[in-house]
Amino acid sequence: MAVYSTNEFKSGLKIMLDNDPCAIIDNEFVKPGKGQAFNRVKIRNLKTGRVIERTFKSGESLEGADVIDMDMQYLYNDGEFRHFMVQDTFEQYQADSKTVGDAAQWLKDQDPCIVTLWNDSPLAVTPANFVELAIVETDPGVRGDTSGGGGKPAKLETGAVVRVPLFVQQGEVIKVDTRTGEYISRVKE
Amino acid sequence: MLRLRAQMLQQIREFFADRQVLEVETPLLGQAIGTDPQLQFFSTQYGLPSHEQRLFLQTSPEFAMKRLLAAGSGSIYQICKAFRNGEAGRFHNPEFTLLEWYRLDFDLQQLMDEVEDLLQLLLQTMPLTACQRISYQAVFYQHTGLDALVFSLDAYQAFAIAKGLPEAVDICGDNHAIWLDFLFSHCVQPMFTGNTLTMVFAYPACQSSLARTNVDNPLVTERVELFINGVELGNGYHELTDAVEQKRRFDAELTQRQQWQLPVAEKDQRLLAALQSGLPNCSGIAIGIDRLLMLLSASPAIDEVLSFPVHRA
Repeated sequence: MAVYSTNEFKSGLKIMLDNDPCAIIDNEFVKPGKGQAFNRVKIRNLKTGRVIERTFKSGESLEGADVIDMDMQYLYNDGEFRHFMVQDTFEQYQADSKTVGDAAQWLKDQDPCIVTLWNDSPLAVTPANFVELAIVETDPGVRGDTSGGGGKPAKLETGAVVRVPLFVQQGEVIKVDTRTGEYISRVKE
Repeated sequence: MLRLRAQMLQQIREFFADRQVLEVETPLLGQAIGTDPQLQFFSTQYGLPSHEQRLFLQTSPEFAMKRLLAAGSGSIYQICKAFRNGEAGRFHNPEFTLLEWYRLDFDLQQLMDEVEDLLQLLLQTMPLTACQRISYQAVFYQHTGLDALVFSLDAYQAFAIAKGLPEAVDICGDNHAIWLDFLFSHCVQPMFTGNTLTMVFAYPACQSSLARTNVDNPLVTERVELFINGVELGNGYHELTDAVEQKRRFDAELTQRQQWQLPVAEKDQRLLAALQSGLPNCSGIAIGIDRLLMLLSASPAIDEVLSFPVHRA
C-alpha cells in the first residue's frame, strides 16, 4: 500500500492509524515563524466513527488504507448477518449488526446502498440518502390538517421511527432523508 | 481585496515617512542564506557564463538590511517578498509579503510602542480592543502551569498526556525547543483571542538565533512575537551585534542542519563582516502583511488575500 506524507493529507484520504482504517477530515499546517512545523490533523476512525485530532511532525508519513466505497444492493437479513450484493458482478458480502450500525433501520430488501470495504471486508454501510418506506404503525390522522405543524411518531416497515405530519396515515409510503431522519413527503402509489 | 492591500501599503509608507524612517530595497536573490534549520529555502542556478553558481531566494531581508545598518543607513524599513520552501496551509504561502523595519537606539520596549501605534492605525476598522505585553515564561505558565525556561521532561510529558496530546512525547523526544514549539502552538497561542494584540517577549534562549541575550537573565533573549486572535503576526529582536556570538550561533545551526540531513546553507560571511565592522545598537521586527490582511478582512485562509496563491501562481 502507498505511503502518504503529511503534506499529502487531503480531506477524504484513507490512512492507517493505530492499526485502524481512518479518513482524513481536515489538515492544518501549524508552524511558528521560527520553529518546528507540525500538522494538526482531524481524523475519523472508520471502524468506530469517532473523530479525533492528532498532531504530526511535518513530513512524517502514514500507510494508506485499502478502503473503497462500493454501490451494492441489500439482499436480506439471516438473523445474524445482513447480506449485500454488487449488482454488476453478483459478488456477495455479509456484515454483522455492529458493522451495519444505524443503517439497519433504513435497509429494505432490494434497496441500493453503499458498503465501505476495508481489505475487501465490509467496514460500514451507508443507506441511500432518500428511502421510501411504508408506515406500519401510527395514530389515526386528524382530517383537515395539511400544515404538518406538530406531527406524530410513525413506525416504518424497517423499524425506524420518524415524525410525520398529522394527516399521514398508517399504510402509506413516505420518503425519508436518512441523513437527518426527517420526513420529506408522501409517495403516491 | 486588492484595494485593501493597496491602502494598507500606503498607510505603512505614510507612517514611516512621518517618522523619518527610510524605505529601502535589497536583493531577493542572494549568494548566502539564513542557516536557521527550521526555515527551508529555495535555491536556483545563476547562468552567466564563468559566473555560474547557486543563488538563494531570501527567507527574510534581515541580513541585507543589517548590512545597510552597519554601513550607516540609519533607521530603515522595507516591504518585500520572502520565500520559505515547503510552507503551505491556511496561514502559509511559500511566497509572502513582509514588512521589516529597524530602529537605531530602540530597545524592545520602544519597538513594541511603535508596533502598537502602527497596528492601531492599520487595523482601525477591526479594531483592536486591547494591547498586552507578557513574558514568554509568564504566558506559558499561565496556560500550562509549566516553566518554559527550566526543562523538565517528566512534567512536560505529563502535561501533554493530560491535555490529550500523547503524540507529543514521540514527536518532541527530549528536545526542549521542540517541546516549547509544540506546547506553545497547541496550548498557548490559541488562547490569544478577542481582537487583542498580545506581544510575548523574553523568549527562552533556545528559541532565538539573532536576538541579544538578556543582560540580567541569560536564559532569555530580547525577542518579541506578536499575536492577534491566535495568529502569529510578527517577530522582532533587540538585535545581536556581537559578530563572534553570531558566528557561533550560525555554526551551531549548520551542525543541526547537517544532523537533520537538510540542504547545505551558506553562512553569510558578508553579514558577519558587517557585524565585525559594527552594527549600531538597534531593534528590528518583521510583520506578515498577508496575515494582517486576513485579520482585517476576516478571511479564513491566506489564499483569499493573495492575487494568486502558489497553486494558481
